[in-house]
Amino acid sequence: MLLGDAALGALMPLHLRVAPDGVIDGAGRTLVKLMAGEPLQGRSFFDVFEMHRPRGVVSTTGLSALAGTRLKLGLKARPHTGFKGEAVPLEAGQGLLFNLSFGIALAEAVALHRLTDSDFAATDLTVEMLYLIEAKSAVLDELRRLNHKLHNAKTQAEEEALTDTLTGLRNRRAMDQVMRASSRAGMPFGLVHIDLDFFKQVNDTLGHGAGDHVLVEVGRILREETRGGDIVARVGGDEFVLVLPDLTDPDMLDGIAQRILSRIEEPIAYAGHACRISASIGTTVSTDYPEPNPDRMLGDADRALYAAKRAGRGRVVRFPSDLPSETGAA
Amino acid sequence: MHGLINRAIQCFLRDSFGAEAWQRIAAAAEVPAEGFEPMMQYDDAVTHRLLDAAAAQLHRTRESLLEDLGTYLVSHPDRESLRRLLRFGGVDFVEFLHSIDDLPGRVRLAVPDLDLPQILVEERAEGRFTLSLHTPQPGFGQVLAGILRAMADDYGALVFLEHAGTCDGAELIEIDLFDQSFAAGRRFDLAAGAH
Repeated sequence: MLLGDAALGALMPLHLRVAPDGVIDGAGRTLVKLMAGEPLQGRSFFDVFEMHRPRGVVSTTGLSALAGTRLKLGLKARPHTGFKGEAVPLEAGQGLLFNLSFGIALAEAVALHRLTDSDFAATDLTVEMLYLIEAKSAVLDELRRLNHKLHNAKTQAEEEALTDTLTGLRNRRAMDQVMRASSRAGMPFGLVHIDLDFFKQVNDTLGHGAGDHVLVEVGRILREETRGGDIVARVGGDEFVLVLPDLTDPDMLDGIAQRILSRIEEPIAYAGHACRISASIGTTVSTDYPEPNPDRMLGDADRALYAAKRAGRGRVVRFPSDLPSETGAA
Repeated sequence: MHGLINRAIQCFLRDSFGAEAWQRIAAAAEVPAEGFEPMMQYDDAVTHRLLDAAAAQLHRTRESLLEDLGTYLVSHPDRESLRRLLRFGGVDFVEFLHSIDDLPGRVRLAVPDLDLPQILVEERAEGRFTLSLHTPQPGFGQVLAGILRAMADDYGALVFLEHAGTCDGAELIEIDLFDQSFAAGRRFDLAAGAH
């Protein structure tokens, strides 16, 4: 069977014929195009190409070893375009016939060398491959956008699930989570339970707008009087809880509670009125318990708070020392 | 219906008639104003509600809107990636037409759950083509007609093209190709981003 140059070129636009002395004596049109004006014909194969696999074949003496195995090679000169390929011996010792392709780096090669449809054989899947690369990246872009959106929505939903919408403070769920996590980790904390006094009167005489305003103002005071890492939660209508990591000195805790109380008792302006409220506060610290249990601590702080109410409101009661001895901690 | 289809309708309405028109149509169709997620599936009824609302609000027929949607998908600058994907179908308009039967398969390679109607291409005589679409969802034919009209421009081909109604449950598109290279057409580089 004999195949003319034109037929060979049509079937294999990336072919190369190399004579036994290593000189290139024929090349497909696409390979010629890649050389961008540099001649191929008449040059030594090893001047133009560098063998990557098999390694160590650098001169004509090794040429015959290239037949029949999978080859990796690249252009010696810039842009060092890489190829995969194979070579077969030509009849009557006329040398080798190489057929090359771009392999996985084909998108780069097509862009770099400005290749078009007609630079590839009709059976070549390069165009389909390029189509797939573009289609997949378009789909990936959409998925990335969706992922980003869902992630933001999730973060926001989580935040909202732990936030009291009126005051922007944490809610009961957030407080529960923090107390449980601290107890499990054995991290000490102080607990302050606050219930507003005379809040109902504000609501009844000035309306819910005034009540909401007072709650927001109390939230602001609580945030100002605590540290960044403290948890300030609104856990009921006019009930607040503070969880203060590492703050287990009862006197210090009382000091903070007293300061909060005096600020809450300052009149709060609303639409030309001065809203006057106060608060009953119960405190306890986790180090008073052999095994701190969040429910029990909350219950104890609550009992201290009701003792404050019974004693006339507007005061801070410390658990257990300020309570009658029969209710003290075990 | 696949979210990509609903999303395409949404972008077409917004880009062609303005954000305010889209809001009105979305409200009338009872779909969220922020629209559709392209990678999710929606109930078919949503798409039909959307098209009916668009036709009513814009005083247009569904058919003419769908054909404009097809043209928009190929010719709007923001939809360049879709035009490129279609141009991979062939080096000239005739080769592109013959690649149309592969279109649903090509689409599935990229988005496996996007089912497009099966399309048959028949060259009845030199330069005269009939495309038939087999789908239980009427309307794809009008979109395809719009796409083909815009692609003919893209290739620089001069064609006469019309949606020829429905026959045996298939939508038909008739194409007469007068001149394959009537105008220069738009440039297409195999490599994305090349100039």
